[in-house]
Amino acid sequence: MLEYVWLIPLFPLIGVLINGLFGKKIKNEAVIGGIATLAVVGSFVVACGILFQLISMPGEERHFEKTIFTWIQSGTFKADIGFLVDPLSAVMLMVVTGVGSLIHLYSIGYMHGEEGFYRYFTYLNLFTFSMLLLVSGNNLLLMFVGWEGVGLCSYLLIGYYFHKKSAGDAGKKAFVMNRVGDFGFLLGLFTMWWFLGHNYNVWTINFRELASHADLIPAGGVATAIGLFFFLGATGKSAQIPLYTWLPDAMEGPTPVSALIHAATMVTAGVYMIGRMNFVYIKSPTALLVVACVGGATALFAATIGTAQNDIKRVLAYSTVSQLGYMFLAMGVGAFTAGIFHLMTHAFFKACLFLGSGSVIHAMHHALHHVHSDADPQDMRNMGGLRKKMPITFLTFLIATIAIAGIPGFAGFFSKDEILWQAFSNPLHGEVNIVLWAFGAVAALLTAFYMFRLVFMTFFGETKLSEKAYHHLHESPAVITIPLICLAILSVLGGYIGMPKLLGEVLGGMPNYFEHWLEPVFAYSNNYMAHSLPGAHGEHSPALEWGLMGVSVLIACCGIAFAYALYIVSPTIPEKFTSAFPALHRAVYKKWYVDEIYDFCFVNPCKALGGFLWKGFDVVVVDGIVNGVAGIVKGFSGILRYSQTGYVHNYAYGMVLGTVVIVAVYVFR
Amino acid sequence: MSHLLSILTFTPLIGALILMLVPKDSKGALRSIALAVSVVNFLISLPLITGFDPVATANGGMQFLEKTPWIAAGPFQMSYHVGIDGISLWLVILTTFIMPIAILSTYTAVEEKVKEYMICLLLLEVGMLGAFISIDLFLFYIFWEVMLIPMYFIIGIWGGKNRIYAAVKFFIYTMVGSLLMLVALITLYFKAGGGDFNLLRFYEVSLDPATQTWMFLAFALAFAIKVPMFPLHTWLPDAHTEAPTAGSVILAAVLLKMGTYGFVRFAMPLFPDATARFTPLIATLSVIGIVYASLVAMVQQDVKKLVAYSSVAHLGFVMLGVFALNQQGIAGGMLQMLNHGVSTGALFLIVGFIYERRHTRLISDFGGLAKQMPVFATIFMIVTFSSIGLPGTNGFVGEFLVLLGSFESALKPWAIIATSGVILSAVYMLWMFQRVMFGELTNPKNQVLKDLNAREIAIMVPLVALIFFMGIYPRPFIDSMSPSIDRMIAQTKGKNRVAQLQIAPAAAAPVQVIPAAAGAAPAADPHAGMQMPAAAPAAPADPHAGMQMPAAAPAEGAAQH
Repeated sequence: MLEYVWLIPLFPLIGVLINGLFGKKIKNEAVIGGIATLAVVGSFVVACGILFQLISMPGEERHFEKTIFTWIQSGTFKADIGFLVDPLSAVMLMVVTGVGSLIHLYSIGYMHGEEGFYRYFTYLNLFTFSMLLLVSGNNLLLMFVGWEGVGLCSYLLIGYYFHKKSAGDAGKKAFVMNRVGDFGFLLGLFTMWWFLGHNYNVWTINFRELASHADLIPAGGVATAIGLFFFLGATGKSAQIPLYTWLPDAMEGPTPVSALIHAATMVTAGVYMIGRMNFVYIKSPTALLVVACVGGATALFAATIGTAQNDIKRVLAYSTVSQLGYMFLAMGVGAFTAGIFHLMTHAFFKACLFLGSGSVIHAMHHALHHVHSDADPQDMRNMGGLRKKMPITFLTFLIATIAIAGIPGFAGFFSKDEILWQAFSNPLHGEVNIVLWAFGAVAALLTAFYMFRLVFMTFFGETKLSEKAYHHLHESPAVITIPLICLAILSVLGGYIGMPKLLGEVLGGMPNYFEHWLEPVFAYSNNYMAHSLPGAHGEHSPALEWGLMGVSVLIACCGIAFAYALYIVSPTIPEKFTSAFPALHRAVYKKWYVDEIYDFCFVNPCKALGGFLWKGFDVVVVDGIVNGVAGIVKGFSGILRYSQTGYVHNYAYGMVLGTVVIVAVYVFR
Repeated sequence: MSHLLSILTFTPLIGALILMLVPKDSKGALRSIALAVSVVNFLISLPLITGFDPVATANGGMQFLEKTPWIAAGPFQMSYHVGIDGISLWLVILTTFIMPIAILSTYTAVEEKVKEYMICLLLLEVGMLGAFISIDLFLFYIFWEVMLIPMYFIIGIWGGKNRIYAAVKFFIYTMVGSLLMLVALITLYFKAGGGDFNLLRFYEVSLDPATQTWMFLAFALAFAIKVPMFPLHTWLPDAHTEAPTAGSVILAAVLLKMGTYGFVRFAMPLFPDATARFTPLIATLSVIGIVYASLVAMVQQDVKKLVAYSSVAHLGFVMLGVFALNQQGIAGGMLQMLNHGVSTGALFLIVGFIYERRHTRLISDFGGLAKQMPVFATIFMIVTFSSIGLPGTNGFVGEFLVLLGSFESALKPWAIIATSGVILSAVYMLWMFQRVMFGELTNPKNQVLKDLNAREIAIMVPLVALIFFMGIYPRPFIDSMSPSIDRMIAQTKGKNRVAQLQIAPAAAAPVQVIPAAAGAAPAADPHAGMQMPAAAPAAPADPHAGMQMPAAAPAEGAAQH
């Protein structure tokens, strides 16, 4: 089965070609959607086969490379089109194709009747293709191809409703901010390649070859540079401070796109990349500290914004930014496994949340459409009481919300708790650990609060819709609810493969399968950490771990209780609060004015500079000189022209004068 | 000795002669004949690809050689001496490939003086091909000037409102450079001790650094104007905006490459010391060009001017890559020349399509076209992303290798700044694309626009196909170029060192660090390129193996000729 790894990206590519070239003629939605969905399901089946084959192999042999052809070869530089299967890419392949299949299926129902149905599925397949390339490419450049490819599809899908200016703007913003990250990615790649090649004659960008030469990378300077360059790439793709502002705007795209691209898969690419390059990061505590701090700060910062948004998708968008922050926090404290684990569980529950919100928006849209209301179907202030009308959506949404809030027994608890524990107890960052933990803990409180705020505003209380519109609310069709149910189940069960050791012992020696599975990928880093850091062996008491676990559960419950008090018990408090602190609420609602600051600091100066260089330098200085020279030449010729009068007597006069002068010179010399 | 190159170069001339016999009112016949000639010429050029032997080392790698004595005026021996190597091969193909496309694009765009227009285009092709294949420097100079005249007429007669200004500006700018180049060329001839104008012979001449400096500057000025490099670029936006579509396409796709080709073929290998001396300056100007042109492109209101400025930025990448003077940099620069020909040529065609429909090029006059013209939108988008350099399209491979090569060389800081160009190009191209194609279709004039017709699609399909082919499988291009590039690097670096030895032997210590930790660096690693120690073999036997040419001057096969 491993031999056929190339089939995984190939199926979606075939889907792209069929729907892209003939989709307009096919017209039949079932056929177009069916082709696209089957393509991804096909990939999923192959990915499952590969996973099972990997499982059947002994741990240290679980890797396989397949080179298709050499793409670029110039001098010492060589990049293949080739695939790498190992435990890490297998996890990513499963997530992308698994969640991807469900979202494709969901899209058939959600996008029903949309103009450009075929265009949507072409882009969606193209995205899946790029994402699969990203996670299965065997070298940095192929990863970059996927990296840019998903950026392109993100651009296309955010701008799907391109007639809306806001959609076009959002797409462009996403692409440009990602390009800022790509700038970092490229520099990281260059530095990596050049450093090993120039100093050790190891000219390679192949992941396994790089990893096998990890010893050549010295601790400190170069590793820090490479790590930070790559991390800049990650902040773009994975929406971290300072490049996160595109993600909330990206909600302009259709909701399933938000679920697939801006929650479950693409935005996690940065986390995957750091996981892939873990052997570089582990050499640089500085880079790791930056990653951890940026992750922790983003987790907290985005969560604060999430508490004040009224658009259901925007709340989820900030929640995604925040959760991605957790993943980077995990990577930054050297808990690579925990980061990837959270990546996976997050893919389940956040996809479920986004698809659930899509189901709500879908229903709201129809209901409002029936009564010819132009109210915003995404604004939670127009909702309320939906649980009675949409029981399946409600239940699945609730399960996913409990999962993200970190209530024991659900997937999010296991992964989030592991991250918080690692942030507290890791041997890398010393005194900073407590700060990192505090950031994560406060973010957890806010997460529980804003997620339950969302649930209460949407599904509980009295409906804000008119009676007629409420009457027209319906549960979504099966094609939409089935993916919801699947993802809700995964949001519960997905956590049990990564049971923390402590809990596993209590539950009768249940091992942490996930950690064991990824062990070969992170073995180098784990060994390095164990040998180079003094505190690595320091055992923390189980009591402390239990205590922290209790604290994080308590925090989650507080958040929920807080939301319950504010939005169910006495719904007037939030309004009173906003009127008491209008400036604070406004600042949070306006996302701390970050977009405005960026416009002021970067966008407008660039435009002004461009305008000045054009009108000022090009036209005035350079062309001024050019035209000035021409003018001077013309001026001189104008003067000289006076001698060319065309009158014979003038010339005769000149001749006489000349003769006189010559004679005079000879005579008086 | 075949005459393929001569047949190739002068077929358009014969075509032009035939056109003279056709009545000027039968526009259909004129167009068909011109198109047929250019297509035939493209077909003639194809055997060059199949017959080209990348690893040949005789005659400095020059192939399809023809040499006939031409003018013998006393000591001056000019000969008709032509041939191509891996560097010129693809530029020749680019020229013959782009010509039919350019001619096909004029079918409805030009209705006045069709006969003269077609003749100009074909004569232009003669000049361009001749310049790329000349080995005799004097012959090169003649073709170089021959190109200028038809282009001057194309802009000045068939151009837009401000065409006379633009044409004269183009002509004088270029002329200033060429005249200085002529002076330098004649000086070089005398320094080489008379005889013929054979470039390969000139390669062997050792000049003292002071002379090199002046001659390099004279050559470089001519080429830098043509590229155009900042701050000599201001003729370009005017020429592009005023030129008719076919003129812009050829100007961007081929004529600008004369400048960069000139550096690779003449200025750098002929004057290695001066090249080394001016590398920081040229790299600086290239990088300024990238950033500056991108910023200026961002605020343009005229689509065509925007594309023109983007050209300046792209050519900045080419120059940076070329002056990195290593395999990746130059290969990237060469690829980028071809890519720019394809992508920017396609962009000018696209601008031409909408200009023909709306007779405006102002971005603000458009908006929402994607809804009205879906096929156009798709093609435009592909070309836009090719220009941005998205992986999978041609633009990426060239840009990436340029940056990689310059990062590997001593130009690291320049490379880092140039890499920021990937952000800026996305900004100005996507902003333009959004304003033209996306948004509401509000303007009533735009609501009746027709999508591309069959002819227009036929024009774009080869370009789009090439965009993907070169992006996904660039190896045929790189593989056939790399031995020639190695030779050029050896020529420039090797001679450079010999000259340095004469000045300051102490400064010529080997720079390359040979890896001491052999255990750490697996010798069998297939990816590892050769870092040749002191004694290098004559020429690379394996076209794939990149060579970091060492300190010692390699014994070039051509040296014995």
